[in-house]
Amino acid sequence: MLARFGNWVREGQVWGSIFRHGVPRDRRTRAMAILSNVFLHLHPVAIRKSGIRLSFTWCMGGLTFFLFLVEVVTGVLLMFYYRPVVEYAYFDIQGLGAHVTLGLMRELHRWGAHAMIIAIWLHMLRVFLTGSYKPPREFNWSVGVILLVLTMLLSFTGYLLPWDQLAMWAITVGSNMARATPGVGTEGPMSSFIQIGGVPLVHAGDDARFGLLAGTFVGPNALLRFYVLHCVFIPVVVTVLLAVHFWRIRKDGGISGPL
Amino acid sequence: MYSVLAAASAVESIKDAINTICQPAPFLIIAVVGLALFLAGYRTITRPPVAAALGALAVLAFLVSCLDSDFFLIISKADNVPIVMMMFAVGFFLWLAFRQAAVNDHAIETGRPLFEAGSDDKVLVWPDLVYIELIALVLCTALLNVWAILLKAPLEQPADPSTAPNPAKAPWYFLGLQEMLVYFDPWLAGVVLPGLIILGLIAIPYIDKNPRGNGYYTFKERPFAIATFLVGFVILWVLLIIFGTFLRGPNWNFFGPYEFWDMHRPAALVNTEFHDLFWINLMGRALPEHYLLRELPGIVLLGAYFALGPPLLRLVFFRKMYRQMGFIRFSVMSILLLVMLLMPIKMVLRWTLNLHYIVGITEWFFNV
Repeated sequence: MLARFGNWVREGQVWGSIFRHGVPRDRRTRAMAILSNVFLHLHPVAIRKSGIRLSFTWCMGGLTFFLFLVEVVTGVLLMFYYRPVVEYAYFDIQGLGAHVTLGLMRELHRWGAHAMIIAIWLHMLRVFLTGSYKPPREFNWSVGVILLVLTMLLSFTGYLLPWDQLAMWAITVGSNMARATPGVGTEGPMSSFIQIGGVPLVHAGDDARFGLLAGTFVGPNALLRFYVLHCVFIPVVVTVLLAVHFWRIRKDGGISGPL
Repeated sequence: MYSVLAAASAVESIKDAINTICQPAPFLIIAVVGLALFLAGYRTITRPPVAAALGALAVLAFLVSCLDSDFFLIISKADNVPIVMMMFAVGFFLWLAFRQAAVNDHAIETGRPLFEAGSDDKVLVWPDLVYIELIALVLCTALLNVWAILLKAPLEQPADPSTAPNPAKAPWYFLGLQEMLVYFDPWLAGVVLPGLIILGLIAIPYIDKNPRGNGYYTFKERPFAIATFLVGFVILWVLLIIFGTFLRGPNWNFFGPYEFWDMHRPAALVNTEFHDLFWINLMGRALPEHYLLRELPGIVLLGAYFALGPPLLRLVFFRKMYRQMGFIRFSVMSILLLVMLLMPIKMVLRWTLNLHYIVGITEWFFNV
């Protein structure tokens, strides 16, 4: 009965318009299942048998991507209830914990972010130890390094948003570093040379730290700036680079293996 | 009764001993020696019975340590839980990788095919890979949900610019960099060195010209690349994070794993400058007036390190590698290597001579 219903659905016009191949039971339709799907076609059609062993890949790249998706979904839900304004931010987060019965979104978002960072480090370790950055995959390793840095920046910008003591002072410690940037930070080497007639051009009101925080301390402007970077700018850049990263895995010959 | 007291005091002296060897100098020396031993004996150490015993021992030591209230207080902080997970995960995956490397290296020596060989042997992504991905995704979701249910996301007091917590720590994944602040000024520890780490990582595939070990686990075919990477990743990154998280307390003072984080522990001792060591101790005269002359010995020393380092490395250690890489690649590689080694060098100088700056042009914020 159920099987007949299933067949009826799969032979109907609606199903056929979405999946333009038969049930993936033979080689041709299984190849079609990958090739004719915009998401799945980032995979190659066929892949080394040794490459998909869990002990070879540890699945860490895949898990990093999956955790990114978890962060996007839980992050969008959190955005419904969070206002990046100093007056509200902390109490919105507090309210999430106090008023939402069985609410898990903040927990999933926070622990997912930590897990994503660990997963991406282990992914890099695996790729290094299998020598998978070697030709022809040099460029994709570089893209991966940028993605790793962006993942940490995503986490760093998100760290401020709860607007509690932990958040504010962690970002203070982190962003104080920008003050020491050579040439463009007030306390950086060489910055004191950049001056016109004794008037310094690099000062606390225009240096690298000011650019990062939109102020001389971690205040309302910094909160808004980090919110926009965290929710819009970095995720968009990461999404674009992820597409490049996955596409290049396929173009560079799939999961690596002995040549 | 007496034997209970004796046992308790024995436990205390073990804790004291562990507190002592966790200090920065012994901690890092043990880490380096441990890594060297692991790489020297990876074929034996990674054999399943040996590795299982070592793993069980580590878990046991961790669990027993949890009986100590000071240890448990820090381990069980919600944001520190992932770091404990990372600690065991890195250990496990190092084992997994080097086990396969040991099998492969043995196969290479005896002329048998590699573990990963048979690359013509292809399977279809649908269903073989897609289903693995689905299962991994379901397991990951389940694990993350359990984690989220068991552990609440922390929320401290509302942000208050006038009350700084002590210690004020950066997010945990940057604690390795914050630990470097002990040894370097912010412009190096916070800006230049992280930048060079990123550039160095990107440069790896372009400077590593060793064609072997592409796409399979091995250690024997690329010992230098792997050892260097592991020094950077395991010791200078992961272990420094663990150190910064669990062993750095108020005023960024060191606290052993079983010590109470005492706010009032006296701050660190006074450091000496290289210019003092050179002009006063060695030459027996006052510091020169002009800061450039004052810092000249340090500048010469540092200049010599980076100018003479690459050719020395080439002549003493890497003749064959130089031929393989060429001048530019070798120069980039050796400069990056020397920068990386600057960290342990500065640490050792701090521990032995209390050295603060090699070059200390405080007038320009140019301190190394």
